Amino acid sequence: MTNTSTRNKVLWAVATILVLVYALFPVASILATSFKSPSDLTSGKFLPSSGTATTSNYEQILVGDAQGLFLSALRNSIGISLIATFIAVVLATLCAYAIARLDFPGKKLILTTALAVSIFPVISIVTPLFNLWRTIGLYDTWLGLIIPYLSLTLPISIWTLAAFFRQIPWELEQAAQVDGATTWQAFRKAIVPLALPGVFTTAIIAFFIAWNDFVYGISLTSTEAARPVPAALAFFTGASQFESPTGAISAAAIIVTIPVVLLVLLFQRQIVSGLTSGAVKG
Amino acid sequence: MTSAIPAKTTTASPAEPGPRLDTGRGNGTKSGRARKQYSDRTRAERRLGWILAGPAFVIMLLVTLYPILQAIYESLFRFRLTAPDERAFVGIENYIVILSDPVWWSGLWTTVFITVVTVLVELVLGFALALVMHKALKSVRGLLRTAILVPYGIITVVSAFAWFYAFDINSGYVNSWFAWLPGIDENLNWFAQGPTALFVIMASEIWKTTPFISLLLLAGLAQVPDELSEAAKVDGATWWEQMRKVIVPNMKAAIMVAVLFRALDAFRIFDNVFIMTNGAYGTEVLSLLAYRQSISRLEIGLGSAVSVLLFLCVLLICFVAIKLFKVDLAGTQGGK
Repeated sequence: MTNTSTRNKVLWAVATILVLVYALFPVASILATSFKSPSDLTSGKFLPSSGTATTSNYEQILVGDAQGLFLSALRNSIGISLIATFIAVVLATLCAYAIARLDFPGKKLILTTALAVSIFPVISIVTPLFNLWRTIGLYDTWLGLIIPYLSLTLPISIWTLAAFFRQIPWELEQAAQVDGATTWQAFRKAIVPLALPGVFTTAIIAFFIAWNDFVYGISLTSTEAARPVPAALAFFTGASQFESPTGAISAAAIIVTIPVVLLVLLFQRQIVSGLTSGAVKG
Repeated sequence: MTSAIPAKTTTASPAEPGPRLDTGRGNGTKSGRARKQYSDRTRAERRLGWILAGPAFVIMLLVTLYPILQAIYESLFRFRLTAPDERAFVGIENYIVILSDPVWWSGLWTTVFITVVTVLVELVLGFALALVMHKALKSVRGLLRTAILVPYGIITVVSAFAWFYAFDINSGYVNSWFAWLPGIDENLNWFAQGPTALFVIMASEIWKTTPFISLLLLAGLAQVPDELSEAAKVDGATWWEQMRKVIVPNMKAAIMVAVLFRALDAFRIFDNVFIMTNGAYGTEVLSLLAYRQSISRLEIGLGSAVSVLLFLCVLLICFVAIKLFKVDLAGTQGGK
């Protein structure tokens, strides 16, 4: 008995460690690179050589000569992703509420459209937008990215929220009314508290998706006016042409990863339920 | 839960049991007065439904349907942004040019290859991860789920750089770590030849997206009733038999959805190829081809045609999946 359970424990410890290594190793890898000094970059070692670990890469992008480039991209990414997320979640909340709660023809059409939009190849949208945005002056602006980001954030928000809202026991509202609450009071006191976690989770997932965008970012921007972080990373060429930007890019990559990892750590339970309920619910 | 009757009028008619029927189109069994009330309410409900859902629907159409129609239109013109005066209607000439060019076909095969390999590997790996998470002790379950979400949350570009720098001949450590393997030595430049470059590209893609598939599979696993595998165990089925005969068949829907979604996603692969090789050495994928035509070379006509063809490929994959595997997407996804 003790024997098998000990063996079980060891097996589980091994499995857990394997999963952790799998999930975290590339992050550790780029974290290690971000602390390497320029001369140490080619050492062929995973960790910075002892004594040469440096924060100069972080200094370069936060207060040094690459500061303007990186910080403006960070500002763009945060602003554009937040606005796109906000719009998507507001619209999707109304839409999902109607789908879960009201009976009207075309529900299936809306859900199917959302599905079709989410499997759409982004690049097929980019080519015509590129031309159109240049003509009407949306090229290289925040709005010029926020609008196409809706094609990424809106469909998944609708699906996830519709799944959430279906699980809400709407009878509670009626019960509250029977107890003497007005329609609005009943809705606010009984339904909103139940719906908020779903809305919040959806916002996080939508934000991840907007934050992750690359194709729109590199295609529809050309300057620091609107270029988001992923695109800026790809086009970052280093302070001078003699200096490889490896360290600086790694540092920037770590900085944009921190908020994501924090969100994941704080809300992992909600994110998992949101992702899976939106995708598979029999 | 299914009773969606607006609260104000509940007193007028009793709540119906069971799922609601679409009673909008007349109901002969009701009295005249009741029918009128009912249809008024139905109409109000329908109107409210579209008022609430309409904006999202319209925006979805505007941000996708409009661009694809525009792309179809522009694909019929010879149109270079650098020479706007030479714009001329050429019909399907752009498509003929593309389809008779080996660049398109090699891009297509590369994309298909990446899609098939990554989805297969992810399915196996994702299933293993899902099993580990499913069976894990309570104490580590949260930790595992958090860890597995990290790759999901990380920007694809960051993941691409992480893998690129690890394998890069200058800044990488992989070569010195694995020098004992035949074929790997200090001077191996992974990104200077197709097969090795594709290997790293696919590895980064697999790392980044397996969490998604494994979370879907985990949800599928959770829906398999425990009694089924218990019964199989009692009947003396081995672990492998339980998997093959009980678990997997019962989560077929989840597997199908996961595979289809990942396949469509993998078919659009762009970010990591752009970062690692920018399409060199036979790693050019279709998205990159479209990007290069329209955004880099400003060949709007040709680029639009590539975009339309890519779109058709995605439609084809959907169609095949739905016909072949009988995936009812709307149904499995909880659609009504």
